[in-house]
Amino acid sequence: MGLSETDALDVEGIRADFPILQREFDGEQLVYLDNAATSQTPEPVVDAIVDYYHTTNANVHRGLHQLSQEASIAYEDAHDRVAEFIGADGREEVVFTKNTTESMNTVAYAWGLAELGPGDEVVMTEMEHHAALVTWQQIAKRTGAEVKYIRVDDEGYLDMDHARELVTDDTEMVSVVHVSNTLGTVNPVSELVDLAHDHDALAFVDGAQSVPHMPVDVGEMGADFFAFSGHKMCGPTGIGVLYGKEHILEEMQPYLYGGMMISKVTFEDSTWHELPWKFEAGTPVIAQGIALAEACDYLDDIGMDNVKRHGEQLAEYAYDRLTETGDVEVYGPPGDDRAALVSFNLGDVHAHDTSEILNEFAVAIRAGDHCTQPLHDKLGAAASARASFYLYNTREEVDKLVEAVDATRELFA
Amino acid sequence: MGIGGSDMYRQQILDHYKNPRNYGEIEDPTYSHTGENPMCGDTIRMDVVLDDDDETIEAVAFQGDGCAISQASASMLSEQLHGMAVADLQEMDRDDVIDMLGVDISPMRVKCAVLAEKVAQDGAGIYFGDVDLEKTTTEDDE
Ligand SMILES: Cc1ncc(COP(=O)(O)O)c(C=O)c1O
Repeated sequence: MGLSETDALDVEGIRADFPILQREFDGEQLVYLDNAATSQTPEPVVDAIVDYYHTTNANVHRGLHQLSQEASIAYEDAHDRVAEFIGADGREEVVFTKNTTESMNTVAYAWGLAELGPGDEVVMTEMEHHAALVTWQQIAKRTGAEVKYIRVDDEGYLDMDHARELVTDDTEMVSVVHVSNTLGTVNPVSELVDLAHDHDALAFVDGAQSVPHMPVDVGEMGADFFAFSGHKMCGPTGIGVLYGKEHILEEMQPYLYGGMMISKVTFEDSTWHELPWKFEAGTPVIAQGIALAEACDYLDDIGMDNVKRHGEQLAEYAYDRLTETGDVEVYGPPGDDRAALVSFNLGDVHAHDTSEILNEFAVAIRAGDHCTQPLHDKLGAAASARASFYLYNTREEVDKLVEAVDATRELFA
Repeated sequence: MGIGGSDMYRQQILDHYKNPRNYGEIEDPTYSHTGENPMCGDTIRMDVVLDDDDETIEAVAFQGDGCAISQASASMLSEQLHGMAVADLQEMDRDDVIDMLGVDISPMRVKCAVLAEKVAQDGAGIYFGDVDLEKTTTEDDE
């Protein structure tokens, strides 16, 4: 049967692209299940970075020399490739940032500070990542706006009746996470976007956990803004994406000023470069941008539908195996309706203890609040352990996870 | 590898975690102090009774919640503090705590390990008027 036990992917072939997966700790082969935090990087993407520095490295936009022209074209084309990957209309709608967090802050500063004021409301969900939650919370404090949170029900789904109550004509922004990095819930974002638009509010969707794991079409979704990170989707660290509808980005003022983002500068005033460069001040993330485009190629070659199915199958298998004994609490929706991750606690054992024991079996998971502290407060858990899967993971690796959890149980019995 | 290699969780730690010594509270302690480690959500309260000269620790009780390292460390410390001079408590540092635990503590978990010690020390410091603090947290520690 080999490694590839879900029917969606040729996992054995894929694993060959990720040499890091061969690492061993004290003779135990790494089982990497911390993909929601950061995914591993396949050879073609690493090669793209190396190639860039070996053959093309130069600053972009400025130079008339050959290298600079080549680097500029590759960097600009990378925007087109990413636009295509998420169904955006073109490079004008794709701003390269540092990560999801910076994308969120870009809108919060550039749009939020200008548009929000007393009486205005920003509606989020109780399962928001701190990237959104803290950002809007603080921008609201500065502008006098108010933040509201759509309830998460006992099964880990959004209470859509509550959403319809909260979103009103006072709402200016609805900022929701597409896939919860803690619960694995896939939220009905199109419905939420429509709800926002019914009340003339804008909608921001945090796609940090969706873009790596499922086909995403921002046009179909209708979101005004959408954000994700390269390092969770086989790309390098240091690059994120802010998608924005062209006419909205056009009207927004930049919030980072400097070189590259200007058109004409005098001692008295400046005008802005065209989209998306208006929002990319200073020397941008050139190598990372080019490598992110390569990651899009890599994922498209495998097929995002297959990646999605594989992740769901692993999550369901992990859910079923972990809940066999009855003393593991898994948070969020049932096994057959979740994205590629499982957050859990084993009895009273602290998640950090669990994670530390799992580490001795070379099983890498995350333990903590996963940047969703208020949600953990609501769940009544200071922390949880989270196993998150990606295209190179196998059912055998889930079995190893479960074995290590069994050993933890024994140790703490 | 498996359990045998489970260094950080050697039998002693697990024993103290599962059967904490001096767990509970003391009525009318000389001082009582609380602390937390926000990273793990560990909390510890220590009640300490000093002798009439305020020099020697006569009794200790603790209560808490959190990971095995933090709770075992509190339990072991509570045993060690019996009969100890307050001056010696104030001299303790993280290496003493790690020696006491008798296992390697990964850098990420040092905060868990030293929480009880800091709570006992800060409590004494407050009692003697050397420290002005409501609650100890290990947040700002290295
Ligand atoms: C749902 C969600 N939003 C935002 C982020 C923040 O991503 P980054 O740290 O790359 O900015 C993450 C990842 O940690 C996430 O899971």
